[in-house]
Amino acid sequence: MPVTVKIPVPLQRLTQGKEEVEGEPGTVISLIKSLDQKYPGLAERISEGDKLRRFVNIYVNEEDVRFKENEETKVKDGDEVSIVPAIAGGL
Amino acid sequence: MEFTEEQLKRYSRHIILPEVGGKGQKKISEAKVLLVGAGGLGCPVGYYLAAAGVGTIAIVDNDKVELSNLQRQIAHSVKTLDMHKADSAKQTFEALNPDVNVIAVKERLHSKNILALFKDYDIIVDGTDNFPTRYLINDACVMLKKPLVSGAILRFEGQVTTILPGDGPCYRCLFEEPPPAGLVPSCQEAGVLGVLPGVIGALQATEVLKLIIGKGKPLKGNLLIYDALGVNFRKVKIPKNEDCPICGKNPSIKELTDLSEEYCSI
Repeated sequence: MPVTVKIPVPLQRLTQGKEEVEGEPGTVISLIKSLDQKYPGLAERISEGDKLRRFVNIYVNEEDVRFKENEETKVKDGDEVSIVPAIAGGL
Repeated sequence: MEFTEEQLKRYSRHIILPEVGGKGQKKISEAKVLLVGAGGLGCPVGYYLAAAGVGTIAIVDNDKVELSNLQRQIAHSVKTLDMHKADSAKQTFEALNPDVNVIAVKERLHSKNILALFKDYDIIVDGTDNFPTRYLINDACVMLKKPLVSGAILRFEGQVTTILPGDGPCYRCLFEEPPPAGLVPSCQEAGVLGVLPGVIGALQATEVLKLIIGKGKPLKGNLLIYDALGVNFRKVKIPKNEDCPICGKNPSIKELTDLSEEYCSI
C-alpha cells in the first residue's frame, strides 16, 4: 500500500485537480521531492531547499511533523500525509 | 433574569434539549460575543448566535456593503448597499431577534484598540480576511485569556479551530508565521464558493454555543479541515509549541504590534 498524500485545494491545480495522490515511502522531504517529479512545482510551494516552509504544515497520520523529526520524519507504506497551508479568507 | 412567555416559546427547541435547558439558555442570553468581520463568516455566525439568543453581539468591521459581497454575506442585501457592514448586520440580526443587543463597531482593529475592544467579551470569533489581523487577534486573545473561535475560507476549503488560551495551543502554535505577501491568494483573487463560509460559520457558531453552555468537547488542539469538492472533513492535531513566541514558556512577544501592511495584500 503506497503513501496517500492529501493535497489542499490551493495546490490541486498542480496535481491535475486530484485531491489525493500516491507517493513513495521514505522521509517527508524525499516524498515531496519524488512528488515534484510527477507534479512539477509542488515542492517549491511546500519547501525551500530541504526545509519545509513555515506557513505550510505537514501531518503524517494527523501528527504535525514539526513536533516529530520535521522534514526527516519517516513515512511508511499506508501512512496518510496531509499538506495544510495557512489560509486567511473570511470576508 | 426570567424568561417571558414569548421567550420560552422562541427558545423552546433549545430549552427542551437536556444539554441546554433553561439554565443553558440563560447562559446564552447572558453571553457576550465579539465577531471580527461581518463578512462571509461573520454573517452566518452572527445570524445563528442572534437566533440562539446570545445576549450581546459586537460586530467589528469598518467596510461597507458591496454588490460582490451578496453572493455569500447573507446578513446584507441590496437595501443595505454602501451601508457599513456592521450596521447592516445589526439591522438584520435585530430583526430576527430583538432580544439581542447588537453593537456595531465601525473601526479597523489594530494593536492600539484591540485590547480595549475585546476586554468586555466572553468569546471572540475570527472571521477576518487577512493574516496580520489573524495574528493580532490571536495575540490579544492569548494576552487577555479569551477563548477564540477561528475560521478561514478559500475557494472550496475551510479551516476551523477553537483556541482556549492557557489550555491548549494557539494560532501561532499552528502556523508559526504568515506566508509572505503574494504567495497565498485572497478570496478576491482566488474566489470562494458562496456557501462555504456558511458551512464554516455554522461550525464556528456551534463552537461558540458549546463554550457558552459548557457542553461537549471544544475543537481545541485540532484543526478541522473541510474540503467541499471532495466532501471531506478531516481533523489534524495541533500540538502546543513550547517555543511559541506568544503562549510558550518564554514568550518573546510582550506587547502587540501591527504586522506590516504588505501582508494585507494577501
